Amino acid sequence: MKTELDEQAIDPGPDKIIAPGFTNATVTDKIAGVVLKPIQTTPKQWWISLFLAFCLMQGLMAGAFWLLYKGVGVWGIMIPVGWGFAIVNFVWWIGIGHAGTLISAILLLLKQDWRTSINRFAEAMTLFAVAQAGMFPILHMGRPWLGYWLVPYPSSMWLWPQPRSPLVWDVFAVTTYLTVSLIFWYIGLVPDLATMRDRAKQTWQKVTFGMFALGWRGSARHWARYQMAYLLLGGLATPLVVSVHTVVSFDFAISMIPGWHTTIFPPYFVAGAIYSGFAMVVTLAIPTRKWFHLEDLITMRHLDCCAKLMLGTGLIVAYGYMMEAFMSWYSGNPYELFMYKNRTTGPYAFSFVMLIVCNILIPQSLWSAKVRQSIPRLLFVSIVINIGMWLERFVIVITSLHRDFLPSSWGMYYPTMWDWAVITGTIGFFLVLMILFVRVLPSISIFEVREVLHHLAPHMLDDGKPSPSPAHGD
Amino acid sequence: MKEKPALDLTKIRARLDSARGPLYWKSLEELAETEEFQAFAEDEFADRTPDWNNPANRRYFLKLMGASLALAGVTACTKQPPEAIVPYVRQPEEFVPGMPLYYATAMQMGGVATGLLATSYLGRPTKIEGNPDHPGSRGACDYFHLASVLTMYDPDRAQAVSNNGRISSWVAAQVALASAREAAAIKNGDGLRILTETVTSPTLAAQIKALLKDLPGAKWHQYEPCGRHNAHLGSTLAFGRPVNTIYHFDQADVIVSLDADFLSCGPGNLIYARQFADKRRVMTNVTHSPQPKENWQEGYQEGPSAPRASQSAGYASEARGPVVLPPQVQAEGKSPDQTTLNRMYVVEPSPTPTGGMADHRIVLRAAEIEEFALALNTALGPGAPASDKFKQVAAIARDLQAHRGASVVVAGANQPPNVHALAHAMNQLLGNVGKTVTYTDPIEANPVDQRQSLAELTADMNAGKVDSIIILGGNPVYAAPADLNFAAALKKVNFRAYLSLFLDETAVLANWHLPEAHYLESWSDVRGYDGTVSIVQPLIAPLYGGKTAHEVIATLAGQPDRTCHDLVQENWQNQSNFDLFWQQSLHDGVLKNTALPAINVTAKAPASGQSATVQGLEIIFRPDPAIWDGSWANNGWLQELAKPQNKMTWDNAAWISPTTAQKLNVSTEDMLELKYQGRTLTVPVWVMPGHANDSVTVHLGYGRTHAGHTGDGVGFNAYLLRTSTAPDGGFGLEAQKAGGHYHFASTQHTQTMEGRDLVRVATLDEYKKNPQFVDEREEGKPIPQYMTLYPDYRYQGYKWGMTIDLNACVGCSACIVACQAENNIPVVGKIEVARGRHMNWIRVDRYFKGNWDNPELYYQPVPCMHCENAPCELVCPVAATVHSGDGLNQMIYNRCVGTRYCSNNCPYKVRRFNFMLYSDWYTESLKGVRNPNVTVRSRGVMEKCTYCIQRISAVKIQSEKENRRIADGEITPACAQACPTQAIAFGDINDPKSRVAQLKAQARNYSLLEELNTRPRTTYLGRLRNPNPEIEKG
Amino acid sequence: MAQIFHRSTNTISKVSLVCAVLGAGGLIAFAYAMDRGAYVTDVKVVKPQPVPFSHKHHVTDDGIDCRYCHTSVETSSFAGIPATEVCMSCHSQIWANAEILEPVRASFRSGESLEWTRVHDLPDFVYFNHSIHINKGIGCATCHGRVDQMPLTYKENTLYMNWCVNCHRNPEKYVRPRDQVFSMTYEPPANQEELGKKLVEEYHIQSLTDCYTCHR
Repeated sequence: MKTELDEQAIDPGPDKIIAPGFTNATVTDKIAGVVLKPIQTTPKQWWISLFLAFCLMQGLMAGAFWLLYKGVGVWGIMIPVGWGFAIVNFVWWIGIGHAGTLISAILLLLKQDWRTSINRFAEAMTLFAVAQAGMFPILHMGRPWLGYWLVPYPSSMWLWPQPRSPLVWDVFAVTTYLTVSLIFWYIGLVPDLATMRDRAKQTWQKVTFGMFALGWRGSARHWARYQMAYLLLGGLATPLVVSVHTVVSFDFAISMIPGWHTTIFPPYFVAGAIYSGFAMVVTLAIPTRKWFHLEDLITMRHLDCCAKLMLGTGLIVAYGYMMEAFMSWYSGNPYELFMYKNRTTGPYAFSFVMLIVCNILIPQSLWSAKVRQSIPRLLFVSIVINIGMWLERFVIVITSLHRDFLPSSWGMYYPTMWDWAVITGTIGFFLVLMILFVRVLPSISIFEVREVLHHLAPHMLDDGKPSPSPAHGD
Repeated sequence: MKEKPALDLTKIRARLDSARGPLYWKSLEELAETEEFQAFAEDEFADRTPDWNNPANRRYFLKLMGASLALAGVTACTKQPPEAIVPYVRQPEEFVPGMPLYYATAMQMGGVATGLLATSYLGRPTKIEGNPDHPGSRGACDYFHLASVLTMYDPDRAQAVSNNGRISSWVAAQVALASAREAAAIKNGDGLRILTETVTSPTLAAQIKALLKDLPGAKWHQYEPCGRHNAHLGSTLAFGRPVNTIYHFDQADVIVSLDADFLSCGPGNLIYARQFADKRRVMTNVTHSPQPKENWQEGYQEGPSAPRASQSAGYASEARGPVVLPPQVQAEGKSPDQTTLNRMYVVEPSPTPTGGMADHRIVLRAAEIEEFALALNTALGPGAPASDKFKQVAAIARDLQAHRGASVVVAGANQPPNVHALAHAMNQLLGNVGKTVTYTDPIEANPVDQRQSLAELTADMNAGKVDSIIILGGNPVYAAPADLNFAAALKKVNFRAYLSLFLDETAVLANWHLPEAHYLESWSDVRGYDGTVSIVQPLIAPLYGGKTAHEVIATLAGQPDRTCHDLVQENWQNQSNFDLFWQQSLHDGVLKNTALPAINVTAKAPASGQSATVQGLEIIFRPDPAIWDGSWANNGWLQELAKPQNKMTWDNAAWISPTTAQKLNVSTEDMLELKYQGRTLTVPVWVMPGHANDSVTVHLGYGRTHAGHTGDGVGFNAYLLRTSTAPDGGFGLEAQKAGGHYHFASTQHTQTMEGRDLVRVATLDEYKKNPQFVDEREEGKPIPQYMTLYPDYRYQGYKWGMTIDLNACVGCSACIVACQAENNIPVVGKIEVARGRHMNWIRVDRYFKGNWDNPELYYQPVPCMHCENAPCELVCPVAATVHSGDGLNQMIYNRCVGTRYCSNNCPYKVRRFNFMLYSDWYTESLKGVRNPNVTVRSRGVMEKCTYCIQRISAVKIQSEKENRRIADGEITPACAQACPTQAIAFGDINDPKSRVAQLKAQARNYSLLEELNTRPRTTYLGRLRNPNPEIEKG
Repeated sequence: MAQIFHRSTNTISKVSLVCAVLGAGGLIAFAYAMDRGAYVTDVKVVKPQPVPFSHKHHVTDDGIDCRYCHTSVETSSFAGIPATEVCMSCHSQIWANAEILEPVRASFRSGESLEWTRVHDLPDFVYFNHSIHINKGIGCATCHGRVDQMPLTYKENTLYMNWCVNCHRNPEKYVRPRDQVFSMTYEPPANQEELGKKLVEEYHIQSLTDCYTCHR
């Protein structure tokens, strides 16, 4: 059944998390519709962006091939700058991959009802971002085909990974995070997959959705189990939000390089991660809701909340920068002091300045509701923040390394075309996955929206009928 | 590779059988003409050698590698390919499979020999070291010697006799030479010319002289582009005849160098550096002695007893024995204090290692130095008026007079004869002759004025007086003065035979090119700086059928079948009890009592000397620090060697002072157009602090066109500006900024220490007040002692450590090449170096301090510090770098996955990474030079200094077998072994008698960046300066 | 509405889950077996040789000492493969015309070396030294097995790193008196433990597990 809402959707504004006039049925129709609508009616923008993203992705393919063929020397890395874009990108993507779990887990536990429309979407983004990040530790190795040596297994050499190295902790942290996020996301999908199965017209759709729905029937027992499982996973995922980027920050904090060796890294990395995560959510939510006319489900309220979160985490990040500056002076350590001088006035000063502009100055505009509630401005700010967070990692990795203790071994790092190919390539890859996702899976959790609907029932339903149970509709 | 046509040998044999006598030769020649032989030969000698600069081959090779590595990736554990063992059919007696052999030989540069010990594995020479028994070496050698072994394996070497560019045979060449002789003999030698480099070989000289006796008309010319012309002319001025000057810096307390870089080049530089350094080893033991040695297990006898062991003692070779300790460090307990220090004044235009060691470096333009010398000379005289131009002269003169007989004045090879004459006069005036300076007859067999000699030859060739010329090495077409236009003249000669290692610029113009046998492939004899004769003995049969000058001359003399071995032996037959003498000489590497006796000569009062007109810009020609006169241009190790003064690789440049740079409105890497005597050359600029103003130094040897894959088209050919009228340069240079920008590949971009106390320096007086100055930061705060929660690891048994005496290190960089040769370190090429990816395990950091017109110059060799708290070990995810029981920081290539985290975390940045496949796994001949005891690293692994673990293991295994403790000095890492000044000491810190332990107990001992608490095993001894108080305050 | 899946699907899915787990385990087990198996390690695999040389015959029947042919085993890292002339020192009289020995005679005539196939082939980044092991009382048979019972030579042990390290960590289990090193028949005594400890003390054997002991 079709509703007029399908064609053009009205954003109810910053105080409502769902537009008026929705019934369980219409919600289901709308969201399922996005997925099940016949291929011809897929919006043109979707096809175009998919194509562009795919082209971008080829950069990664070519870059990775050339890298494996010739060696990491195709990148700009050298001594003293042994880590270049690869690690910058790794940290950046991992950071982006934080919003999802935060929304799903922490906001779930905090019972933030506004999370519902965007959590599924954010979780998918998390997965895809972590997938991008996961490639880099392998690619950046001198001998990637021996990467499995970082995994503890009974080898004929009687050797194990070296447990004191943060890189080994990374292996565990990232893989754990990936697994938990994946399960979390999938569990959340199950009821909706069932809905899809039931609404799908073609058999192949029925079967595919059916297989993944694991025979969900929406019985009370199912729901009870489901709720429990979801809650448990939420509890399990929550510490990960903090742990992953803490461990990643150890890659730097454990070392003794001025600019890396600092205790503030863990909290400030985590904050930065969430910061960039939400920026990415916003960056992706805005076009999606436009293409599929979901303004009435992903409302200004959601964007507004994200914006406020960005502002908050942004301030924490700013505090982190201040502390770095302060400590480099307060520690009285000449190397620290020099590091900061070099960071701010050295050959890479431009990146630092841009970083401050992107991550601190421009986001301050989010104080104003005008910016938070204007789509173009918000989109602009969120993109700026993404760039800023990438620059932050650039500043940390490159400017700290290129001038450390002995002036004799100082050097300059210049990225090669292959460095650029790989970063843009991963962005392309990420977008491809994302774009496919919004088309083939319900990018908004149907049943959770209904649940919300249920909570808000009295005000929502004009015809005063009691709303149907949030269970499997029709 | 193209298909090899089958060579029908039967046909050829048939032809040969039918031929006899001279006809036989003739038919051989014809044979050489037949196209199947041509094809065969060409294919045989075709140059299929890739090169790190040659993308085509690299790409092809990487394709193969890429495939196999990908495979290795897919199948985790690849099956090893089957390997064959190929034993001897008849095994030589002295040969033990898997054990190296050591041979004494000698290498000559500019005619001056240095005695060497060459290591040989399975008949492959792999490493060159100094011969401790040779007076000019005493165990040390410089980077030319070390790199010479690479030249021997150079795939670009001439691999066949060629006649007008076509492959021919030695026999055919002999025929040609014989006929040339016949032709000349008719005119009793007229028109036959021989052009050699400086010849000191008694045998070769005897041969040539004999030949000239037969053919009185023939002439012998010599030319050496960077020889000792000025020294000879100078001594002729002073004494009326050329003499050989020998200095004794171990007797000299005050040294005045007039633009003489005696520490890093020229005859005797190695021994001079050693003598100089011995006078600077200031010692003061501090109260705290090195940690007591852990008690050694029972049933294990104590103490040294390093056998003067058979070769099986790994690296303690027959001729080597325990390392020679400097006089200060004696066997009993601790070294006596020494608080005296020589003082050196260096007057020079462009910075040299010698200038870097100076206590007072006076920057003058090259042409002003003669004036300075005059002033100094007059100041030494009675009642001399103080020179108003040179403030310091008076003080220096007083200092010299205060040390009569214990001072020395040295004139530089690039200074005009008059300066040398003045130096001789001053030494005489100061009563130094017989004490710090002695004279002998020239070591050259025939000390002619080579520049004149070459000029004559060219004139004669132009005049058509020369029918046939035999050139024995030297590449004159490239190196001759530009105005002579040697190439054009040479073309006028119709028989041009040329013997050389490479098909170089001269070979192209020769109609017969004979591949020369490398010195490691040939028998010869040659004189050292003091005249001592060494026998050059081969370690391997000529790789490419090369011949020696001896054999060429023999052929000319009508003895085509004499080998160099016969000729050399014959020359010494007259020795009593020849066989014993011969064996002895080969074993020792020197012939007993062949050093030339000192002679008595008195210097004439020098000509008052009108000092050269001093105006405008000046140009100075110098041999390049790394590739000398260009003869080393195709040697990758030397091309990639960071030149001591500016750490630049793979290039030469115009050095100018900052002030001059401002004046010319150029900066480093800008192009500068030099116009000199009507010739122009555009060269990139290097702004060199401490260079004289209004003066430009250009280095010879670059811009080769026929050097080989490595050397071709590298740098700029300064010979194009060098004329016979001004071989050392002079005034009248015009320079202006030219468009364009150039990129240098330098291994060090920061010139100063940025105010960090990396090289710790004090004057002698400060040191006497506070010997432990190194332990203090500014405002006299001692460095806090760091503490750790963990108990220190107790090193049972051995505890390896190293000290580097910054007061002895002259920055000569021999250690770098020694390490490269010992540890199979690859050459990566200019582009990679520019990216910051050079691979040298030990580097010599160079820092300027003070004002930029005349800064102090400090050198600091930096190998791996082998920290006890090594930051690299902590962060390696796969434990590829860990600590060993004797305190070494181990790097295991085959475990490394290449995260580069260790390098990031290394505060000394001594780790090197194989960003791509740098080791050449493809060129067959280069495999020969590799040290079989060191893994050849592949792509994607980290590497670094190991303290030469292969040497440690070899000696340790030997000592274990002999159930004894390793004696001090038995293990010497390659860097320490090569070091001319013994600035690097290595040994067991647990043994308080060891030299290294004693040095670590010195007051001057400090560790680099100790505030990081990395506890380096490599520590430094602080640098001392001994300025003249008079000048210091003035 | 009609069921998409047949009711058997429930069972199938459960079973397939179990299979997946087992399958993964099996795969790992297989890989492990391959890695340790003869196909990869060549243990007990006879390699083709130019001459079917029998250690059994030369050692057991003729009682020739190891060092007669492997001359440098006590002095060098490389034990040494006999030069052709060593073979000919006997075989110019004994079996002087035997067909199977023709390659040896050919080599002696032509000066062309025999090309034996390596049986004990360590990777190139491993630096093993025979002389020190011999000197510290490690018997030939300890690593090479009962060569005296091998008609054709094969590898007794994997030569994997764990195999080396096993002895380097506790040499007392394997060390034997120096005079027994070349004995093929030596059996470790019942009190090997204490004998081993004594010998480790006496021969000053450090249990060398530093990487640099073998890798450079």
